Amino acid sequence: MVTYIVRRLVTAAFILLGASFLVYLLTALSGDPLEELRTSSAPNRQALMDARINLLDLDTPAPLRYFKWLGGAAQCLVPFGNACNLGKNISGQPITEALGFALVQTLTLVTGATILAILIGISLGIVTALRQYSALDYGVTFMAFLFFSLPIFWVAVLLKEFGAIGFNDFLRNPEIPPAVALGIGAVLGIIAAVVVGGAVKRRLIVGGSVFAAVSLILFYFSLTQWFRNPGLGPVIIAIMGTGIAFGITILVSGLKNRKALQSSLIVAGIGVIAYFAVQPLLNDATGLMIFLLAIAAVLVGVAVGYFMGGYDRGQSMRAAGITAFLVGGLIIVDRFMQAWPSYFNNSRVRGRPIATIGAGTPNIQGDFWIMSTDTLTHLILPTIALILVSLASYTRFTRSSMLEIMNMDYIRTARAKGLSERSVIMGHAFRNALIPIATIVAFDIGALIGGAVITETVFSVRGMGFLFIDGLLHTDPNPVMGVFLCVAITAMVFNLIADLAYSALDPRVRIKA
Amino acid sequence: MTQPTQEEELLAQQALAEAAVTESSEIISGLSQGQIVRKRFFGHTGALIGLAVFALIFLLAFTSVGAFGIPGWWKYNHVDVSPLVNDGVPTSSFWPLAWGEHPFGQDRIGRDLFAMTMRGAQQSITVMVLIGAIAGAVGAIVGGLAGYFRGWVEAILMRLTDVIIIIPLLLLAAVVGQIANRRDQGSWLTGFAANNGVVILGVFLGFVSWVGLARLVRGEFLTLREREFVDAARISGASNARIIFKHILPNAVGVLIVNVTLTMSAAILLETALSYLGLGVKAPDTSLGLLVAQNQEAFATRPWLFWFPGLFIILICLSINFIGDGLRDAFDPRQKKFKAKTAVETTRHSSATAPVAEASKGS
Repeated sequence: MVTYIVRRLVTAAFILLGASFLVYLLTALSGDPLEELRTSSAPNRQALMDARINLLDLDTPAPLRYFKWLGGAAQCLVPFGNACNLGKNISGQPITEALGFALVQTLTLVTGATILAILIGISLGIVTALRQYSALDYGVTFMAFLFFSLPIFWVAVLLKEFGAIGFNDFLRNPEIPPAVALGIGAVLGIIAAVVVGGAVKRRLIVGGSVFAAVSLILFYFSLTQWFRNPGLGPVIIAIMGTGIAFGITILVSGLKNRKALQSSLIVAGIGVIAYFAVQPLLNDATGLMIFLLAIAAVLVGVAVGYFMGGYDRGQSMRAAGITAFLVGGLIIVDRFMQAWPSYFNNSRVRGRPIATIGAGTPNIQGDFWIMSTDTLTHLILPTIALILVSLASYTRFTRSSMLEIMNMDYIRTARAKGLSERSVIMGHAFRNALIPIATIVAFDIGALIGGAVITETVFSVRGMGFLFIDGLLHTDPNPVMGVFLCVAITAMVFNLIADLAYSALDPRVRIKA
Repeated sequence: MTQPTQEEELLAQQALAEAAVTESSEIISGLSQGQIVRKRFFGHTGALIGLAVFALIFLLAFTSVGAFGIPGWWKYNHVDVSPLVNDGVPTSSFWPLAWGEHPFGQDRIGRDLFAMTMRGAQQSITVMVLIGAIAGAVGAIVGGLAGYFRGWVEAILMRLTDVIIIIPLLLLAAVVGQIANRRDQGSWLTGFAANNGVVILGVFLGFVSWVGLARLVRGEFLTLREREFVDAARISGASNARIIFKHILPNAVGVLIVNVTLTMSAAILLETALSYLGLGVKAPDTSLGLLVAQNQEAFATRPWLFWFPGLFIILICLSINFIGDGLRDAFDPRQKKFKAKTAVETTRHSSATAPVAEASKGS
C-alpha cells in the first residue's frame, strides 16, 4: 500500500514537471508580451518596454526562464520556509498573493454548486433508474441530453436577464396575477403526477393536490407581499419539520420502525422550541457559531435517537440526527428571511437584490446576516448555471450504475429473502451503486478549481479562471503557471484518492503494490 | 482472414441472442457486423432525428452563404451592411409562414444575422470535424501502438498522455487557441492563417483533444491482443501491421467511432466557449460563440441577436449527442435495443441483463 502510494507520488512529480514545462513553453509562445506597448503612442514607450522586459526577464529565452521559475517554485516545497516564489505578474504583484485571493473566490463559487449538483444528480439518477422506461425516465433523459449540450455562457446570459433583472423587477411590485399562479400550479402538478408514478388514479390525486396547494400558496404570497417580507415562523417550521421527520424516517428506516419515527418527531418538536430559544443568540451570529450550532443540533438528534433506543438503535440515531440537521437549517433559513427586508432596503442594494456580476456589493456594511445574504444573492445565479451544466453527467452515470446493480444476483437474493423494497434499494442497491460514483466525484472535485473559467468570466468573479485567462491574454506565464500548478496538483491528489477509495470501498479491486 | 470473421460472427450471434430476448422477429444469422450495427442504429429514433437535424443544419450552413470560394444562394454575407428593415426585427414568421428579407433579423449596423449565423455554424462545424478527425486519428495511433507493442513504446506514449491529460482541456485549449491566433509578421503561418484561421484553430485543438481517446483505444487493444484470433493470425505468419489493421482495429472501431462522436459534441462547446472568451475565432470572421459574446449586451434591445446563434449551438450539439447515443447502442453488443414496450415487459417477467454502459458520458 505504502509502496503503491510512494510510486504514484514519484510518477506524479515527473508528470508534473513535464506538464509544467509544456505549459510554460506554450504560454510563452502564444503571443508577444510587448505587443500592446509596441502599438502605444506614449512618450515614454521605450522606458515602459524596458521595464516590462526587466520585470518578465524577456531577454532570457523561454526554456531557460522556465528553469529559473522552477528554482523559485521548488522553494515552496520547503515546509515553513516562507520562501515560496512563483514570480510576479505583469503588474508586479506576487503570484502567491494573487493565487490566495483567487482560490478563495473560486472555492466559494464552485463548492455549493458542486455539492448541490451531486446531490440532485444522484437523486435524479436513482429515481430514473427505479422507474426505467417511464415518462419520467424519458423526460429526465432528454433533459440530461439538453443540459449536456447547453453552452454555459449562453445559459448565464439568460439567467442574468430573467433570474436577476426580471426577478428584481418583479420584487418592485410582488403581485402574482391569478392566471400566472394557476399556470405555475398546473405545471408543478403535472410534474408531480409524472414523478409519482403508479396508477392513473394515484397520479391524478397527487397532481391535483399539488396544483391546488401551489396555486393557493402563490395567491397567499401575492396577497401578503411575501416576497418582500418573507419568513417561515414557528407554525410553518413545525409543519415542515413534521414532514421532514416522516420523509427522513421513510428513507432511513421505514415507517414500520416506530422508535425511529418517534425520535424524529421528538427532534422536530425540540426544533420548534429551539426556534424561540436561539433567536436572541442568532442576532449576533458568526460563521463559527452557525457551524457549532449545526454540530450541536446533530448531537442532540443523535442523543434523542440513542435514548429512544428500540431494537435498532443505529437507525433511530441516524434518522433523528439528519432530521435535526434539516430542521436547524430551516431555522437558519428563517433568520435569513428576517434579514431580507433590511438587506432589500439597504442603501447599496436599493431594492435590486439579485446581482448579475461580481462576488459582493462594493462597500456594503451590516451584520453577519446582511453580509451573508449579500454573498448568497451574488452566488445564486452562477450556482444555478453550474448546476445546470454539471447535473447531466451525474444523472446519467448514477442511472446506469444503479441499473447495473439492480440486475445483480444479490439484489434478487435480497428480494427473495422478503426484504422490503426500501431496504433492498437503500441498503443493498444504493450503497453499491455509490462506489463508482464516489470515484467520479473525486475526479470532479480534482477538476473543480480550473473548471469554472467561463462562469467566472461571465459573472466577473476574479477567481482562478480569471487569473489564467488574464495572464494568457497578456502572454504572462507566471499567473498561468500558478493556476496550472494548483489545478494539476489537486487533480493528481484527487485521482490518487479516487483510486484508493475505490479499492477501499470495493474489496474486489486490489491495488497491485 | 477466416478467424476474425468467425469472431465477428460469434460476437454478432451473442449480440443477437441477447437481443432476441426482446425482439423475436429479428433474423438471427446471415448478417455481417456492419449490417447489424446499421440495423440497430437505424432503429434508434433519437439518433435518426439527430442525424436528420444535423444534416439539415450542415446543408443549410454550407450552401446558404457559400463555402470554399463557391457562392451560396443567400443574397447577403456575414460582413455586408444593408439598410435596416423595420429596425432589424426578424422578418420570418410561422403564421403565415414567411421567410422575408432578413429572417433572423439584423444587428445594429445592418448586417444580416442569418448570414452571420450560417457562417458561424460553418466555422463551428469545420472546427468540430477537424477536432474529431485529428483527435480520432492521433488517439487511435497512439493508443493502438501503446496497447499492441507494450514495453517501452507503451511507457513513453502513456507518460506523454499522462502529461497532457492532467492539464484541464479548457485551459490547454485556451493556450493553443491563443497560439493559433498569433499573427506575427513574416511568420510562415500568417499567409495561410489569414484566410483559413479556423482551420488552424481546429488542427491545434485536435492535437490536444486526443488523450482520452488514446487511453480508451489502448484499453481495447490490450484486451483484443490476447484473444485467440490474434494468436492464430500471428502463427499463420501475419505481420504486425496486418494484425493491427486487419484483425484488431476492425474490432476496436466501435469504441473509437462512439468516442470520436462524443469528443465532437464536446468540441463544439469547446470552440464556442473559446470564441466567447476571445481566444478562438476572432473578428472580422465569426463563429457562434463569438456572436453570442458580441451580442449579449444587446439582449434588452435586440434579443434575437442572442437567441439564434445560441439555438444553433444547442441544436448542433444535441443532434451530435443523440447520434453518439445511437452509435453507442448500435456498437455495444451487450446492449438491448431501446424499445420501451418490450423492455418493460421483459423486465417485468425477469430482470434480464441490461447493463447500460453510459460511463463515458461523464468524461
